[in-house]
Amino acid sequence: MNRKPALRTHLLLLLAALAYVAPLLWMIDTSLKHEVQAVRIPPVLIPHPIRWQNYVHVLRDPQFDFSLFARNTLIIATLSALGAMLSSSLVAYSLAKIRWRGRGLVFGIVLGSMMIPFPVFMVPLYRIFRELGWIGTSLPLWVPAFFGIPFFIFLLRQFYLTIPRELSEAAVMDGCSHFGIWWRIMLPLTRPALLVVGLFSFMGAWNNFLGPLVYLTHQSTFTLSVALQVYQSRSGGTSYNLLMAASVLIIAPVLILFFLAQRTFIRGIATTGLK
Amino acid sequence: MNDRITLREQLAGMAFAAPYIIGVAAFLVFPLAMSLYYSFCNYSMLQPPIWIGWDNYRDLLTDHAFHTALWNTIFYAAVSVPFTLTLSLLLALLLNEPVRGQGLYRTIVFLPSLVPLVASALIWQWLFNADKGLINAMLRPVLHVLGQLVLSPLAGALGADHATIESLRHLSPPVWLGDPHWAMAAIIFISFWGVGQTVVIFLAGLQDVPHELYEAAEMDGAGAIHRLFHITLPMLSPVIFFNLIMGVIGSWQIFDVPYVMTGGGPGRSTLFYSMYIFEAAFNQLRMGPACAMAWIQLLIILFLTVLAFASARKWVYYA
Repeated sequence: MNRKPALRTHLLLLLAALAYVAPLLWMIDTSLKHEVQAVRIPPVLIPHPIRWQNYVHVLRDPQFDFSLFARNTLIIATLSALGAMLSSSLVAYSLAKIRWRGRGLVFGIVLGSMMIPFPVFMVPLYRIFRELGWIGTSLPLWVPAFFGIPFFIFLLRQFYLTIPRELSEAAVMDGCSHFGIWWRIMLPLTRPALLVVGLFSFMGAWNNFLGPLVYLTHQSTFTLSVALQVYQSRSGGTSYNLLMAASVLIIAPVLILFFLAQRTFIRGIATTGLK
Repeated sequence: MNDRITLREQLAGMAFAAPYIIGVAAFLVFPLAMSLYYSFCNYSMLQPPIWIGWDNYRDLLTDHAFHTALWNTIFYAAVSVPFTLTLSLLLALLLNEPVRGQGLYRTIVFLPSLVPLVASALIWQWLFNADKGLINAMLRPVLHVLGQLVLSPLAGALGADHATIESLRHLSPPVWLGDPHWAMAAIIFISFWGVGQTVVIFLAGLQDVPHELYEAAEMDGAGAIHRLFHITLPMLSPVIFFNLIMGVIGSWQIFDVPYVMTGGGPGRSTLFYSMYIFEAAFNQLRMGPACAMAWIQLLIILFLTVLAFASARKWVYYA
């Protein structure tokens, strides 16, 4: 079957691509304009002169300590990713490869808990974290990741189920413990899936807004998302060139990570021959 | 075959699952119980909770802000979910066509779903800016031409009065975030920009549709529309179902974009359910009503999910 896509398909694809990329391009465009040029009507398409100073201005703003917020966010996102990878893979291994009474119930809870909206936990968790003295610290934002994230447990379990039983049975014959099987067989064989979990949880933590909004009380502990919102309300929505520059700075790491990981995923999937 | 579970296996299984089992107790069951208890209490977090029975729930019956938030969320979910599902499906079909640059197109459509929602909200706030925004800058000339050359002559030909004709000659674009109706429209519109992950799930589903089915259909002379409705959609129905459930759950929790972009305004026109819970809990310290609303939200989502599963028997096809 060798159908040639019609001209109409090409046009629709171009149109869709333009619609999806335009807001990002306009953000970059605005971020490189002078404050006056940014709000000119009709809009100026190409910034002239290109004002890289906007970025310097954002990075040096005494009210918006970008490097501090970036560091806070990076720490939370890294710890969340590590915690999610470690705990979710352990739990997923237990649900996929060990036969024990109660695992059906635990798996049911994993599936069911994905449906519960965060606001239900918001108030009690705040109370619990307050009793622990964690409010105002980043602990509430990454410690729970070490207790398993339902979606990732589900994802990894599906992957582990595709690993032939003979592999782990052979390992048991050789006197390998479950821990050994998990560490030496499962983790290396499902590296791409584990990387997906790490990447997703990193991005989830990087983008999280409601959590930091609830639990972080001092500006010195703010993450980029919360700081950006504060920055916006402080500049009163007037200088959009700076707001867009700050947005570019916050989006860029996520996009760079995506492009780097995209290649790793493809290579990972190709070498392990999972797909 | 030995079906008995050895003690060693039982202990190993529980040990490996221990992080989650402890997590469920600490971060799921215990908070759920506390939240349910608080929903029947007068509680500010500063003083111990006092049991007041059904009062929080009863008060919600007459709370106008609650009704507005509930209605806004229902409206948003009812419009946004079907539109984003249809749009993502169409995009997936389009991105499944073997064209040059397919990878690039896929990446471009996926990228916006990676953008932190706070940043999304700021980008769109700027695009939707009534005076200086790009969207109105593009709409203005279009509306001008449309009004001058089409609508006002048409109204004149139909015998409309002078005032109507004049107003049609000077059409102006909406003020978007400054107008209660258009602000809601803008927020729904933004949800179309973040469909990347749904598209990827649909694309993965399309790869699993057996090629032979299309070939057989083509031999029988079935057209593209016929193939779409009789092969693609039925084969994709489990994926559509999954995305529908995820869409409903997600839309009921919309928070970041309206919180940053409009703060719920103008008036309460973009006040959504989760925003009102947050406001009640952390701005007004009314933890009781906040928990009551959260439980109602949980029950609504549960009800909608059960409804979806019940309907699935009629339209979801498992090969």
